[in-house]
Amino acid sequence: MPQVSLTVNGTHHTVEVENRTLLVELLRETLGLTGTHVGCDTSQCGACVVHLDGASVKSCTMLAVQAEGAKVTTIEGLAAADGTLHPMQEMFREHHALQCGFCTPGMVMSAVDLVQSHPEGLSEHQIREGLEGNLCRCTGYHNIVKAIAAAWPLMHGKALPVAAE
Amino acid sequence: MGFEGIGAAVRRKEDLRFLSGRGHYTDDINRPGQLYASIRRADRPHARIKGIDTAAAKASPGVAAVFTGADMAADNIGGLPCGWQIHNKDGSPMAEPPHPVLAVDKVRHVGDPVAVVIAATRQQAKDAAEALVIDYEDLPSIAGLRDAIAPGAPLVHDEVAGNLCYDWHIGDKALVDAAFARATKVVKLDLENNRLIPNAMEPRAALGDFDSMSGDYTLFTTSQNPHVIRLLMGAFVLHIPENHLRVVAPDVGGGFGSKIYHYAEEAIVTWAAGKLKRPVKWTADRSESFMSDAHGRDHVSTAEMALDADGHFLALRVSTLANMGAYLSTFAPCVPTYLYATLLAGVYKTPAIYVEVKAVFTNSVPVDAYRGAGRPEATYLLERLVDVIARETGIDRVELRRRNFIANDAFPYQTPVALQYDSGDYTATLNAALKVADYAGFAQRRAAAAARGKLRGIGVSTYLEACGIAPSAVVGSLGARAGLYECANIRVHPTGSVTVFTGSHSHGQGHETTFAQLVHSQLGVAMDQIEIVHGDTDKIPFGMGTYGSRSLAVGGSAMVKAMDKVIAKGRKIAAHLMEAAVDDVEFKDGKFTVAGTDKSRALAEISLAAYVPHNYPIEELEPGLEETAFYDPKNFTYPGGCHIAEVEIDPETGVTTVINFTAVDDVGRVINPMIVEGQVQGGVAQGIGQALLEAAIYDKSGQLLSGSMMDYTMPRADNLPNITVGTESTLCTHNPLGVKGCGEVGAIGSPPAIMNAVVDALADYGVRHIEMPATAPKLWSIIQAGRPRLAAE
Repeated sequence: MPQVSLTVNGTHHTVEVENRTLLVELLRETLGLTGTHVGCDTSQCGACVVHLDGASVKSCTMLAVQAEGAKVTTIEGLAAADGTLHPMQEMFREHHALQCGFCTPGMVMSAVDLVQSHPEGLSEHQIREGLEGNLCRCTGYHNIVKAIAAAWPLMHGKALPVAAE
Repeated sequence: MGFEGIGAAVRRKEDLRFLSGRGHYTDDINRPGQLYASIRRADRPHARIKGIDTAAAKASPGVAAVFTGADMAADNIGGLPCGWQIHNKDGSPMAEPPHPVLAVDKVRHVGDPVAVVIAATRQQAKDAAEALVIDYEDLPSIAGLRDAIAPGAPLVHDEVAGNLCYDWHIGDKALVDAAFARATKVVKLDLENNRLIPNAMEPRAALGDFDSMSGDYTLFTTSQNPHVIRLLMGAFVLHIPENHLRVVAPDVGGGFGSKIYHYAEEAIVTWAAGKLKRPVKWTADRSESFMSDAHGRDHVSTAEMALDADGHFLALRVSTLANMGAYLSTFAPCVPTYLYATLLAGVYKTPAIYVEVKAVFTNSVPVDAYRGAGRPEATYLLERLVDVIARETGIDRVELRRRNFIANDAFPYQTPVALQYDSGDYTATLNAALKVADYAGFAQRRAAAAARGKLRGIGVSTYLEACGIAPSAVVGSLGARAGLYECANIRVHPTGSVTVFTGSHSHGQGHETTFAQLVHSQLGVAMDQIEIVHGDTDKIPFGMGTYGSRSLAVGGSAMVKAMDKVIAKGRKIAAHLMEAAVDDVEFKDGKFTVAGTDKSRALAEISLAAYVPHNYPIEELEPGLEETAFYDPKNFTYPGGCHIAEVEIDPETGVTTVINFTAVDDVGRVINPMIVEGQVQGGVAQGIGQALLEAAIYDKSGQLLSGSMMDYTMPRADNLPNITVGTESTLCTHNPLGVKGCGEVGAIGSPPAIMNAVVDALADYGVRHIEMPATAPKLWSIIQAGRPRLAAE
């Protein structure tokens, strides 16, 4: 069986996997990081989103061996080492952007990447389009959109520019 | 820390673990020595099983066992039971064909489980399941409702003539016929309620475990009601007594009804764990969810309203076909009857109503309650019909509704279809919604949209639902095979912290927060000193679970009742400690006080005395401070309100954009407005999904065409608007909290609001009615067909 070496939430791992093992299976089943969820089998729902070298990916849609040498961050690794929540986690809580919690890890990881990759600002429309790859069945997205808009100033250290749509 | 009691938007206690990836869902649980199950399912709608060749599967790497229906039959395993029996018009019971756990002899829908393979890894189990060779003889099949009742239609069950599960009715037919005979006008509408696939984000999963020393079975499962699963599976399927069967429903990732029912996989993994003396886990792939989770809705109806010259509703006559799928799911028979037909009075004082419902078997996945369950179907029928009446009588649609509303002084109001509404103010919710939605300014917005080449419409829905289910004696008389009370146990610990054991189950509703607010309010205990425990039959005395927006109205009321008992006992202990008469001891803000004195004892002092009873009325009172209560509701609760949708349709593409959505609901007393708002928004999102996007589509034979998230349109963030939520409450008169329930109102009120808006937007195209979902291709075709007519005019 092939070996894969990768760093997950700051810890280095070298593990044996099958050729067909998906990254999400490595995370959940081999490493026991069950915060990353599987909600579909067609790469539609985004419950499995993690960061791979800083960018959000659907961990159900890549093989574990493709993560060779990569730095992976999962929802378990998002808060600071002392347990202080990431601003996106804080804003999800503040704005009631989660109900059952199942889509939440993927939603938060996608949202962090969305805000990080838009230092120029984010309109509501852009947030909604940016969530195209993440499904939530509980919230109707209303509060998720609010939480992401509220996290932007905290993550960028300045006020969110007024959208010029 | 600010006010955290009833009415405060307290942030949720459960969020920290969900946001940190430390939730504890069924598939996150692993047991030592665990095996994995993969289910081989029918890939065809109807076939005789001529043989199953298991040799290759059994020889496949890692395989521990392969079981078929014959193996379960050999172990005398029962079929999956149905929890509700409906009677036909002639008084005979409904047809109730067997529902084997694994198919025996025949498969009856795509997704019907045929065999299970159990192996060392998930992948090995899947590989081996594919290696099973099943020899089928295909049989004629049927999926559509009208096709299934046509003469000579293929039979889903040989013993069920005409595929008819039941032919049921309610109301006074003679009274209705007489009203139609004298009516000035009759308006008729044929309409369908589209079949939906619930798609909670967490796929169903089940993990069975067996301890051969004790003989104890444990099932971890994605359930909304673990005690009900223990009862049904233990008593009817696997014959395991309750003392040897523990069912745990840990964190559950959404349910919406689809996780109420006792499913085959729960019985399979529990039974297999016992056979193999190893834990066995099954987790659905999403494609399995599509073909094995109970679907929702799927009605075909004809509705007729008799009117007088002023547009007063004289009588309503409804005839409905309801799809049951291939087998009866746990609560299926009650959905198109007692959760649907009884709601057809809505918010209107229609004096005579008659409803006929035929429930029909088809070669499709079983259909059961999905968010709203019967009430969305009733509301859609009624509110679409009212809009058609408005158009055809020329009476303004808002005025027509007002004219027929049940008046505020008419409560308690007895409808002609069994229910008695306790409270409501339909004018208040309507007026508030009209104001928030700026209904008065719509004409201007429509004109502005038209100038941009867009078709703008507005739709109103004034609705009512019945939830907080339900009085046990009443539902028993209607065919329920269970009571529908709830249980709560309140344990005040020696140092005054509190654990609540509730039979309600939270799968997104935020009970850990809302219920803690109840305890905080009533016992004065700090929020961080309160723990809510749910979802484990070994911890909680009993429970009927969460569905039908019942958790607060029934489960919360049980908690109130148990806390009343705690306080009553606490007063006796306090009276002893303070050497006062019990009648003089008052309890307020967490303190027992002797009336008119400054003598008081905190709850923690009383609980300590109760557990360390050195100075204690031990002759009259048992030690300890823990009380259990069962609360059986006196009536349903009746939330209602007004939803207003404003949509814009692009005539070039047929795409509908929901510009604004306003929901003003009467959900009774609001415990946590933040959570109520979230529940309504989520429900509205599902309602908008039903109206514009979602449809479970079968071909004529019963092959599921919308079998994945690539094919079934789930609402995404960019399909939905901001959803403005308001509440205008009247209190429920018969439960101690005055609460009505908020979990389903969004999904009930919203579909007709959207569809009324869509039809309104297309008014100039000669459109009378459009079936859901109003997809872009459908609307584009209507617009294209309408163009020549418009051009000619």
